[in-house]
Amino acid sequence: MQTTASVPPARGSALTDPKIRGWAFQILAVVAVSGLGWYLFQNTQTNLAQRGITSGFSFLNNSAGFGILQSLIDYNQSDSYSRVFLVGLLNTLLVSVLGIFFATLLGFILGVSRLSHNWLVSRLATVYIETFRNIPPLLQIFFWYFAVLRAMPSPRDSITFFESAFINIRGLYLPGPHGTDAYPAFIASLAIAVVASFVIGHWARVRREATGQPFPVLATVVGLFVLLPAATTVALGNPFSWSFPELRGFNFVGGLVVIPELVAITLALSLYTAAFIAEIVRSGIQAVSHGQTEAALSLGLRPRLNLRLVVIPQAMRVIIPPLTSQYLNLVKNSSLAAAIGYPDLVALFAGTVLNQTGQAIETIAITMSVYLAISLSISVLMNWYNKRIALVER
Amino acid sequence: MKFAKTTMAIATAIAAVGISAQAHAGATFDNVVSKGFVQCGVSDGLPGFSYTDSSGKYLGIDVDVCRAVAAAVLGDANKVRFSPLTAKERFTALQSGEIDILSRNTTWTSSRDAGMGLNFAGVTYYDGQGFLVSKRLGVKSAKELDGASVCIQSGTTTELNLSDYFRANGMKFTPINYDKSDETVKALEAGRCDVLTSDQSQLYAQRIKLAKPGDYVVLPEVISKEPLGPVVRQGDDEWFHVVRWSLFAMINAEELGVTSKNVEEQAKSSTKPDVRRLLGAEGEYGKDLKIGKDWAVQIIKQVGNYGEMFERNVGAGSALKIERGQNALWNKGGLQYAPPVR
Repeated sequence: MQTTASVPPARGSALTDPKIRGWAFQILAVVAVSGLGWYLFQNTQTNLAQRGITSGFSFLNNSAGFGILQSLIDYNQSDSYSRVFLVGLLNTLLVSVLGIFFATLLGFILGVSRLSHNWLVSRLATVYIETFRNIPPLLQIFFWYFAVLRAMPSPRDSITFFESAFINIRGLYLPGPHGTDAYPAFIASLAIAVVASFVIGHWARVRREATGQPFPVLATVVGLFVLLPAATTVALGNPFSWSFPELRGFNFVGGLVVIPELVAITLALSLYTAAFIAEIVRSGIQAVSHGQTEAALSLGLRPRLNLRLVVIPQAMRVIIPPLTSQYLNLVKNSSLAAAIGYPDLVALFAGTVLNQTGQAIETIAITMSVYLAISLSISVLMNWYNKRIALVER
Repeated sequence: MKFAKTTMAIATAIAAVGISAQAHAGATFDNVVSKGFVQCGVSDGLPGFSYTDSSGKYLGIDVDVCRAVAAAVLGDANKVRFSPLTAKERFTALQSGEIDILSRNTTWTSSRDAGMGLNFAGVTYYDGQGFLVSKRLGVKSAKELDGASVCIQSGTTTELNLSDYFRANGMKFTPINYDKSDETVKALEAGRCDVLTSDQSQLYAQRIKLAKPGDYVVLPEVISKEPLGPVVRQGDDEWFHVVRWSLFAMINAEELGVTSKNVEEQAKSSTKPDVRRLLGAEGEYGKDLKIGKDWAVQIIKQVGNYGEMFERNVGAGSALKIERGQNALWNKGGLQYAPPVR
């Protein structure tokens, strides 16, 4: 077959053809990188075998044999290392979620306060931001844990609230709820309230866009969330029975305990990250040109509506991408919890399990991939949200 | 141009990896001799075992084991560099070749010996796990500790024994873990936990660190066997033998009545065959270990025999005042026993 006819005559030799050369080098690079990866893998395997170090992931099924301070799921010493992994992961996620929640709340309040026309409020916000974002997070964790929470009294001299909540050096002891027979119905009523809120919100928006008539969505939703659960409680009885903490022997038994390690890490990370989020919020709001506000006011919108309908939606577009990085930082910083003995993934899995099994490569690889997975999930979620609120050009 | 850069980068990377590849038997021994010092992994501050005095000099039983090895191999007990390690860091540091010996009150267990690529060279101290509590609690026995919060150093056999003990006795506990033993002591003092558990020798050492040591008491129960000893990498037999026999030389010396004071004289004039063999006056036993004929003389002269080392660091001559107990020689009712040099 003759194909040369379709090739332009000016092409010259294959050696100097930029297209072929480009491909050749890319293939070469891929081969070299995968070759290096393979070599590293083989080298590690050989060395581990030669030094008699056990490798592989079968250790995950072995029984752990040690106790854990805080576990969100049932755990006892005879459970396996994979259970320990799960306990650690959940503890890390708990700190991350609490930290992100409080940091966002505080960060938005501070960011708006810094722009306040009230001299005192804006200066206080400035002082806060400049203090907290300029002290390393590890020191802040130490401050809360060793300086503040270590000063709490012993269990026998606990600070008591209404004979049912106690604060001492071992933690914050609260009455803990246990579900009764009415509990499923109670949860179902909450679920109905959630669904109904979405439906009403959607309907109200569609109606407003069509007719311009506003609807008191917020009041309706609050009403739903109060009335529905209240109705089930009246009809079926109390959904919770409460167990109260009581001092028995060395410690308080029963109820719910929030350990000081969790308080310290959550406080430190929220306060630290909030300072950064405040600056992001401020920059976002300032990025919306003042002309937008003037236009809104001249259309007759009140300042509050102007903020909610004009400024914040536009500011969010500037805020979300750097906010994502702050969330990622918070999740990664949560590994500092290991320094005060909070049983997070790093302390439990990359620490104790690594040490008890001696399988450093496997445990570290698993831990790193988990952080990668958490961070990527947050990125995906935030990017999705960012896309949703992005400027729609018509 | 771009190609040249890429190739160079790959070549550099491969070369860098190649350096760390493949250890052959005897690598550590050769390495120590050529660099001229022993890199020794010790604890991060434990009176009696490994700690620094006001001038920054390392002291303690674990430290002396490394000094003995340096004296045997290099002829100078001071040719040691120390790496303070936490319990969690120690095995990785040894496996990766960062240190030559791990001498850090480490318990000899089957999984560590066989599964982690390590070899235990002997037992420097026979220990057992105990509990330290405040006198205020009025606890007389570990059996009364149901429901207690217990401070532990993470990544230790202590952590596992504790769980076993409480489970076996049908009791509950709340574990409070820290990486450093100092942190467990501070937590006990602050009241974060009711009890501190660790090897008994450590409990005595940690009690000294408390502001009011007299307010705390070590409970009578010993809940585990904790043979502590120096550890080396597996598959490095020459080095393993040197470490093992440095320790045995000290134990043998005590048994034969050789001390740091009389060792030189004994080396010259002793007529006892056992002593003459140990001190190199007869036979070529140092040669088997590929070290000098006077290896044991150097160890005993510079570090002392086992008894001297014990009394100086943890026994009557120290602040800890621990009895010899299980660590007495085998012919004095204890467990310390060394095979003969011959």
